[in-house]
Amino acid sequence: MESIGLKILYALLSIFIALNYGLLIQAAVHKIGARVGGRYGIRWFQPWVDIMKNYAKRTRISHGIMFYIAPVFRLTGGIGLLLFVPLIYGSEMFSNFSFTGDLLIILYFQFFGILGMALGAAEGGHPYSFMGVARGLAQVTSIELPLTLGVIAIAVQYQTLNVSDIMAAQQGSVLNWTIFTNPFAAAAMLLAFLGSMGRSPFDVVLAPQEIPIGPPTEFHSSLLGVLQLNRAIFPVAKVILFMNLLFGGATNWGELIVKTFLIYMWSVFVGVAFPRFRVDQSIRWFLTVPLILGVIAVLLMKF
Amino acid sequence: MSKKDLEKRTVISPEGNPIEIDPMNDYFCQDTPKAAKPLNGIVEKFANWMRSESLWVLGFGTGCGAIEMRPLMTPRFDAYRFGIQWRPTPRQASVFVISGYLSVKTLKRVIRSYEQMQSPKFVMGLGSCTINGGMYWDSYNTINRLDHYLPVDVYVTGCMPRPESLLAGFEKLKKLIKEGKGEGANKYADNFEWYKANQKKIVKDWDMPDYNW
Repeated sequence: MESIGLKILYALLSIFIALNYGLLIQAAVHKIGARVGGRYGIRWFQPWVDIMKNYAKRTRISHGIMFYIAPVFRLTGGIGLLLFVPLIYGSEMFSNFSFTGDLLIILYFQFFGILGMALGAAEGGHPYSFMGVARGLAQVTSIELPLTLGVIAIAVQYQTLNVSDIMAAQQGSVLNWTIFTNPFAAAAMLLAFLGSMGRSPFDVVLAPQEIPIGPPTEFHSSLLGVLQLNRAIFPVAKVILFMNLLFGGATNWGELIVKTFLIYMWSVFVGVAFPRFRVDQSIRWFLTVPLILGVIAVLLMKF
Repeated sequence: MSKKDLEKRTVISPEGNPIEIDPMNDYFCQDTPKAAKPLNGIVEKFANWMRSESLWVLGFGTGCGAIEMRPLMTPRFDAYRFGIQWRPTPRQASVFVISGYLSVKTLKRVIRSYEQMQSPKFVMGLGSCTINGGMYWDSYNTINRLDHYLPVDVYVTGCMPRPESLLAGFEKLKKLIKEGKGEGANKYADNFEWYKANQKKIVKDWDMPDYNW
């Protein structure tokens, strides 16, 4: 792949695929939840209509410049994460902008969106936005600890900071996957993953029963549309990253869809099985079990 | 916040200089709303289709009829399958269901919430109380005709209406939006002074700007 223009085109294509796949997963999860509850559930095209309707709103008011920039920051977090994660192992077209140190920049992009949101939500001025953002930052910080320890353990294990190399090292057999070769790091990361998906029991940020709906309270019209785009892209990018790091990546689209859907459903299953944590319980929990697992993973690499 | 907090006053700044503060002009936008033009032809038709298929209802139960809105989301009636969802914040909602009698105290909050919703927005009057006052028609603290204060798109009659009739009301609202008749927000902007005069006749302690942006 010589031409940078072609590379950008393929990156745009992967963003488009991730967006639609993310919306489809959203619809599917809603639908499954509804069927379990004995309802018919939303129509499959509902997420697309909701987003386009928000863009078609006629009025939009401003709370200041950061209020406009915040959704853009949030979307940048999602797209940025996706752009540095190789989608398909061995594919030149869909390896995006993966480079030698991409694991570090990916960790950075995990945090990027919530920081942007913090600035914008503060300018919205709604008290629930402040509370949501404060909770979000506290929770993301406590999630980052086990996640980063797990990533460090994996980086030491494979002696590389390149996601493509980590994928390459796991090829050949299911038993080569990191989840089998380094179970402690995988456990720490998968528990951190639960928190970063924002589903119950860790939905302290949007917290529908307490601070409906937290940071995006004041966002509306197309600003909300941008946030909704991110809500589709960001989880898909995260799920693909975890698939690459722990489950051997995917060599074709079929494998990618099966694996990512199952990893996504991991957070959904835990979400429907456990009731919501309070914010202090949630943060304390991340600083106990996942953190200890992460520390064990790093110590095992040392000895 | 009380009415007194909104009065003009002079305060001493941290540097020791007296400064004039006029909260109504300093903290609030005093502009009146303007009617928005629809898009061109087929684009507007498509936009209207999307608006009608994605009705986000503001989770604000103003009267006893709110009890009939809850079963809509449960397995028996399941309004989600018609594209109806609940939103907790007026900024993101597009439908305001006035559920039953509207007391004078609630009317003020309803006006604030309605004005914070983004256009195009729709109002649904639920129950007889919103049409002519219903059983509260001679009450000292409820309003009688809702469309003197807000532009109503659809009325659902009954005391109280069952969830089925609410769903029928939503279907009617969808039909109106698709036909391009869901222009309540523009009607409100065009007849702003008339609506405002009616509202101020009822709400005596008016301690907010004329339009809550």
